Amino acid sequence: MPELLILAQANGQGTNEVAQLLIQGLSLGSIYALLAMGFVIIFKATQVLNFAHGALAAVGAFLVAVFATIYDVPERWLGDTPRWVSWTLAVLIALIVAFALGMLLERIFIRPMVGEELFAVAIVTLGVDIVLRAITNDFIGTNSRPLGDPWGTGSLDLGWVRIAHTEIVQMAVTVVLVVGVAWFFRTRTGVAMRATAFDQEAARAQGIAVGRIFSVSWGIGAMLAAVAGVFLSLFPRRAAGLDTQTAFIAFAAFPAIVLGGLDSIAGAVVGGLIIGLAQAYSTLLPWDFLGTGFGGVVPYLVMLIVLLIKPYGLFGTEEIRRV
Amino acid sequence: MRGRPMLYTSYEADQAMVNTTTKKGAVLLFMAFLIAIPLFREGSIGGVDSPIGSLPGPDFLAQGDWLKLLTTVFIFAIGGLGLNILTGLAGQVSLGHAFFMGLGAYVAAVFGMPGGGLWGLGLPIWVWLPLAGLIPALVGVLIAPTAVRVRGLYLAIVTLGLVFIGEYLWRNLDFITGGSQSGRSHPPFEVRLWKEEAPIISFNSDGTWFGIFNLSSEAKIYLFLLIITVLFVLFAKNLQRTRVGRAFMSIRDRDIAAEVMGVNEFKYKTLAFAISSFFAGVSGALLASFVGRSIPETWILFLSVQFIAIVLIGGAGTVSGTLMGSAFVILLPRIIRDITGWMQGVVQSGDSFLASIFDFFVSTSAADFGLVNTAPGVAPGLGIDQLNLVIYGLLIIGFLVFEPLGLYGIWLRIRNYWKGWPFTY
Repeated sequence: MPELLILAQANGQGTNEVAQLLIQGLSLGSIYALLAMGFVIIFKATQVLNFAHGALAAVGAFLVAVFATIYDVPERWLGDTPRWVSWTLAVLIALIVAFALGMLLERIFIRPMVGEELFAVAIVTLGVDIVLRAITNDFIGTNSRPLGDPWGTGSLDLGWVRIAHTEIVQMAVTVVLVVGVAWFFRTRTGVAMRATAFDQEAARAQGIAVGRIFSVSWGIGAMLAAVAGVFLSLFPRRAAGLDTQTAFIAFAAFPAIVLGGLDSIAGAVVGGLIIGLAQAYSTLLPWDFLGTGFGGVVPYLVMLIVLLIKPYGLFGTEEIRRV
Repeated sequence: MRGRPMLYTSYEADQAMVNTTTKKGAVLLFMAFLIAIPLFREGSIGGVDSPIGSLPGPDFLAQGDWLKLLTTVFIFAIGGLGLNILTGLAGQVSLGHAFFMGLGAYVAAVFGMPGGGLWGLGLPIWVWLPLAGLIPALVGVLIAPTAVRVRGLYLAIVTLGLVFIGEYLWRNLDFITGGSQSGRSHPPFEVRLWKEEAPIISFNSDGTWFGIFNLSSEAKIYLFLLIITVLFVLFAKNLQRTRVGRAFMSIRDRDIAAEVMGVNEFKYKTLAFAISSFFAGVSGALLASFVGRSIPETWILFLSVQFIAIVLIGGAGTVSGTLMGSAFVILLPRIIRDITGWMQGVVQSGDSFLASIFDFFVSTSAADFGLVNTAPGVAPGLGIDQLNLVIYGLLIIGFLVFEPLGLYGIWLRIRNYWKGWPFTY
């Protein structure tokens, strides 16, 4: 597992370590929350445990790299716009493509599996994960791919704490997206999605196009994963961009999901933040025997402890088993 | 009455491992073929100093690299059978197989390798190989309470965590594993009584067996692992018809109904984890010893996924399916590589009709478009390793979508077609 948090050392002088880690934990946690939210939307609507979510995040970042740096789509037509406008446009284009890709994946690979065992469908997504990751890794190669973001390594120094510009942006975007998802569930499509999650047959009987709901949920999931993938490439390791480890780091969102409960949006956000904070504060542990890479397993340890106490996570619906 | 299909006149006949005469014959023939493979090589039969010949047969199988591939198939078959017991029989999804394999490998290394920097006791194979199974089985029992508490999809994620925690442990316990940089070497395949210098039987050097069989070290290891694999296959096959195996299947099919019938869910799930971990541990130890060296990055999630693929592609819950699955998963990359190489040869050789078709698949230069890239860094297209992965993934998806019974299901349909021929059913 890659080293996640080299950040504690990268702090400036005179900052308060605890406060600094709070910022970094929240910012890492918000990435996990984004991933977890997309995952939970897919799980709620289609009952599919999506192992390909990390790969979708990498594919999203890959699309941004394609549109923002390699083909540089906005720059070609809008040469004189400020960098952040053209970059945001490129990201929006990438997100639309990610949305379409999510719908496409659902239509091709998941739809034929409707009604099969949940486990079998989960393994199908594992197959999708392998395929997507192989293709993106082939593109990425051994180097990391810059995403061409306008913020670079700049940061805001408040004296007692230093916040990178990307951290501000990503926390703001996360808040907007969480509110957006909450709002979405009140729209017509959102209500239909909730109905589908509750009972597919009854939803069908009410005239809801369940298949379309499946597609849309995968689209939204892929889009949220893409946003998370972009931030994952920009911030936590202070890496130059997307590399072959990005999809792996996204795996740390799984503990967040389980922690919150597989089918709870609020749980996804809370779980993501808990995991992010736990990971950040684990760098404070003074024991040497923990060795390298302990931050990487903290999410799983937290998950195991919580599952021992609450087998369905903090906010998950307890499965009522009919005999 | 004789020779009628599906007619059994005694319970033993019904429950036999190979329950028809045809199957018996086929299994015997296949075993004979597997044993004979090393003898297809030129000069493999003869006196000590006068090689006189070989058995007629596909001699490419007796070459070193193919023997090694087949040996790898055996090793993966053992691990696959373990996962098949857990997932196919008992219905518990586990992504943690790689963790138990790594554990087995390092137990083997600690007990089997002499020290020198790293922990090591230098004990013989009859100590380290059983321990490489028993200690992972014990750990499986310790982990089982957590695993039994969560069910279904939650279990998949918990076992996923196991792999990551394991990887962290292997990386940091460098006095056992040698760390990420150097890794550690694993005990060779040789039989000693205790710690003496010269082994009684060494599988790691060329030599002559029974006076007339000249065997390379690859052939010796192949035969040795063939024997071990047969033992594990017999165990796995037999398990299905015991009380324990039936308890597993009843839990898989409906856990509550099983409990109502008096099957202790906790006990049998724990047992399933233990048996599966035993298989995994032995398989991991054999794999590491076979390769000779391992680094912590050997035991990653992808290894677990490979085993899931073996079980699913083969056909969950069937022993013969798992064997077919492991052969398929291990031989596939090699076959893809060979086919791509052949295509490249055809494309480069000239302007035939075949060449123009293959040109679409293979890209050899920067200007060339192709699906597969045979000139890395220069030509567009997927690298050969990536192509393997893509085909892997697509196969897992394809089998689950179109043939949930896997290769075993395909075999079943072919067999039933010929059974009923010329009638359709």
